[in-house]
Amino acid sequence: MMAQTKKRKKTNPFLDFLKRMTKAFSAKLGVGLFVLIVLFCVLGPLFSKYDVNGIDLMNMYAGPSKEHLLGCDSMGRDMLTRLMYGGRYSLLIGICASLFGALLGIVFGSIAGYAGGKVETFIMRVMDIWTALPGMMLCILVSNVLGTGFFPTVIALTIGSIPGTVRMIRGQILTERSKEYIEAARTINCSDFSIMFRHLLPNVVQPVIVTTTMGIGSTMMMAASLSFIGLGIQPPNPEWGAMLSDGRAYIRSYPHMIMVPGIAIALTVFAINLLGDGVRDALDPKLRS
Amino acid sequence: MANKENEFLSVRNLEVIYRSGGDIVHAVNGVSLELEKGKTLGLVGETGAGKTTIAKSIMRILPDPPAEIRGGEIFLDGEDLLKKDEEAMQKVRGKKAAMIFQDPMTALNPLMTVGDQILEVLLLHNNYSREEGMKKAGEMLEEVGIPAERYREYPHQFSGGMKQRVVIAMALACDPELLLADEPTTALDVTIQAQVLEMMKALADKFRTSMILITHDLGVIANTCDTVAVIYAGRIVEYGKLEDIFDHTSHPYTIGLFDSLPDINVKTDRLKPIAGMPPDPTNLPEGCAFSPRCPYATEECRKKVPESKELTPGHICACFHPQSRS
Amino acid sequence: MSRYVIKRILMMIVILWCAGFVVFTLTYLTPGDPAMLQLGQEATAEVIAQRRAYLGIDQPYLVQLGRFMVNTFLRFDFGKSWVTNTNTMAELLLRLPRTLIIGLGSMIINVFIGTILGIIAGTHEGKWQDSLVMIIAMVFVSAPDFFVALLLILLFALKLGWLPPYGIETMAGYVLPIISASLGGVAINARQARSAMLEVIRADFVTTARAKGQNEKIVVRKHMLPNAMMPIITGVGGGLSMVVAGTPIIESVFSIPGVGNYLLSGVNQHDYPVIWACVIFFALFSSIAILLTDLCYAFLDPRIKAQYSAGKRKKVK
Repeated sequence: MMAQTKKRKKTNPFLDFLKRMTKAFSAKLGVGLFVLIVLFCVLGPLFSKYDVNGIDLMNMYAGPSKEHLLGCDSMGRDMLTRLMYGGRYSLLIGICASLFGALLGIVFGSIAGYAGGKVETFIMRVMDIWTALPGMMLCILVSNVLGTGFFPTVIALTIGSIPGTVRMIRGQILTERSKEYIEAARTINCSDFSIMFRHLLPNVVQPVIVTTTMGIGSTMMMAASLSFIGLGIQPPNPEWGAMLSDGRAYIRSYPHMIMVPGIAIALTVFAINLLGDGVRDALDPKLRS
Repeated sequence: MANKENEFLSVRNLEVIYRSGGDIVHAVNGVSLELEKGKTLGLVGETGAGKTTIAKSIMRILPDPPAEIRGGEIFLDGEDLLKKDEEAMQKVRGKKAAMIFQDPMTALNPLMTVGDQILEVLLLHNNYSREEGMKKAGEMLEEVGIPAERYREYPHQFSGGMKQRVVIAMALACDPELLLADEPTTALDVTIQAQVLEMMKALADKFRTSMILITHDLGVIANTCDTVAVIYAGRIVEYGKLEDIFDHTSHPYTIGLFDSLPDINVKTDRLKPIAGMPPDPTNLPEGCAFSPRCPYATEECRKKVPESKELTPGHICACFHPQSRS
Repeated sequence: MSRYVIKRILMMIVILWCAGFVVFTLTYLTPGDPAMLQLGQEATAEVIAQRRAYLGIDQPYLVQLGRFMVNTFLRFDFGKSWVTNTNTMAELLLRLPRTLIIGLGSMIINVFIGTILGIIAGTHEGKWQDSLVMIIAMVFVSAPDFFVALLLILLFALKLGWLPPYGIETMAGYVLPIISASLGGVAINARQARSAMLEVIRADFVTTARAKGQNEKIVVRKHMLPNAMMPIITGVGGGLSMVVAGTPIIESVFSIPGVGNYLLSGVNQHDYPVIWACVIFFALFSSIAILLTDLCYAFLDPRIKAQYSAGKRKKVK
């Protein structure tokens, strides 16, 4: 008994979370893959001897070789180098857009859920109007308004992801607010501030953390879709969707040009989804043992 | 225990485990019981002691996996239920033996009318036409105090007490010879508990149904049962006629149960709870499972599992140091 | 019940108005002068001003918005395309069947295959069937639809030559687009159906049905499936929004002249009436589908049905 309580005190909550999260093989795989991909994109370019936009007419469409491990594209640029640089864009867009979307969603959702009344009605009606268009359409149109490039794309994708989070947070607050532990906190004279931040938010943000993690994958995919249809990140910047779009014309003769970026996107989204599942299981108190 | 001819239900050395992850939960460890026709047996014990598992084993509706019946025999009317195949068991369930579940809120299918749910069991075990079945189902509803016009209503239109009445009507629809009632009133309001219990007892008497009543409420036992089995950590620790258990309490655990009840005639400042917690069923203590909490435990108790001893005819106690409290 | 349906249809109309407002405002805010883009760099300021007046884009925002709303929602007229000068409504209707074939085709695949896979996984929890389905779902949901589309073209059209790589001269041209548009939805529906099944398998009323002596197969059919269908139907709505979102890209990969491709051409050429028409069509399509799923739900679940049918007896204690 004594030994047990002692042992419990020593554990660090973050390490504990990691341990719980990586209990399943799939979550381990997800974390491992994701870390590898991030390292590949962040550190990889340091070891590359090619310029990301260096045109080499001798090596146009070259297939994988010792010199160019993943081959070259239509202008003879090294695919591996472009993949690493492009990954920075793809990952950063995905992470930023999901994170901003979650933050803004939490802010508006908490205001709506906690304030109630007219403020709530107003925020929720705005969200209704906001989501009158199917998600991808909204991204296409906003991206069209803001133009191409990194920040416009992040903003377009963020705008697309806000209403979902707002609805979730508000719904979550509404259900949690009426639960007895909040009433219990009131009876022991907790301030509004402490109820909001110490009691409500921790119980409310967990589903947001899960959907945000999972959302990074789908946001990356949306970003790639935008680049693919000529919005989002544009050539010569190497973004994975743009690279795929670039390789599309040569699919018959040089399939490596679509395989390389396509597999990169799929693998990254796969890793993030596994990771998201792991986060969900780790945060679910019912599954804690 | 010899095979007695007049025993209607006889459970012998039943052993059930649950597998959870790598652990094995010893839910029921060698339980033996007998029940005569038309009598009521009460099973008392704390949550997790294995009461529900015993009832579900008799019905053979334990979820497998994770549950597994490791051994034992269950004779109902001279036939070993554990040796029957699934198809033969389906003829027993609902017809010879029926069960009432603990939580009426979730025991009914939310998408079917209550009448149709009673009709389902009627059509399974009788050669009724649909019309006859519906008429009988309506009669069963009346029997439990629900107007037959409510046949076409859905469970969400009923309160908890009314739902439990529907569940009881469903269980009694085919005149079962054995009724297993698993804490039938725990989920209900206290004011309705007595009503429902009263009605169940009256119906069981009317249909001459033998009953096993699972509860942790000793008051309920006192009002309804003929014999009582006290269960601790998957074992019967004391077993006997109602008077044996209530007036000649012998096992320290049963004594603890009675002592933890407030006595309305005596002014007490504090209740006397049983010290400690029920044992972890994945890791039962060596020897008598109650020994860590038992005030009378000796070295022997912690080493050996006490055998069941017959103190007086029919009064059995599994303890090295039976006490006497009256 | 009819009151509920009417209420929902009114809500749908309001949502479509909102969609109209949003799409108009977004096109209004789009940088670049459509008149100049159409006439080219060499056009004189006078000609451009004339063109702007002709298109009506010289008016203040509110006037333009009012005219757009009236034309769209009262006259059901989106106007003529600014680029080709053809009636956008007629063009839209011409392209509509192609998009509907892809959209509905992949919907059907989503619902059937996804649900069946999910039910198999749910009823075999922890066994190999479960793991297999979950792995398939994970792979499907992770692969971008346009990449899958390109892979399918590479394999079935270019390497094996079984199906046409693009275009819709024959019905065979629809096979690859439908498959690539449905993978993500199959995965989502499979996961949804699996968790719905798991929930139901552990439900007490299933034990009750077994305790009645009911045959296991009928327990599954009569008690488990109808209850598991509820969350599955809700999932269908989510799968649908994926299909809608995917159409422009899928149509662009396979060069199918459908509504999605029409939208992209409108976006690229600053042809606003085309954008308005297409976006409002997509909004209409998804709101009708969501309405239908909700109606299904309300019709099948007596608890929800009861909330909307008037004059019913209240819960009796």
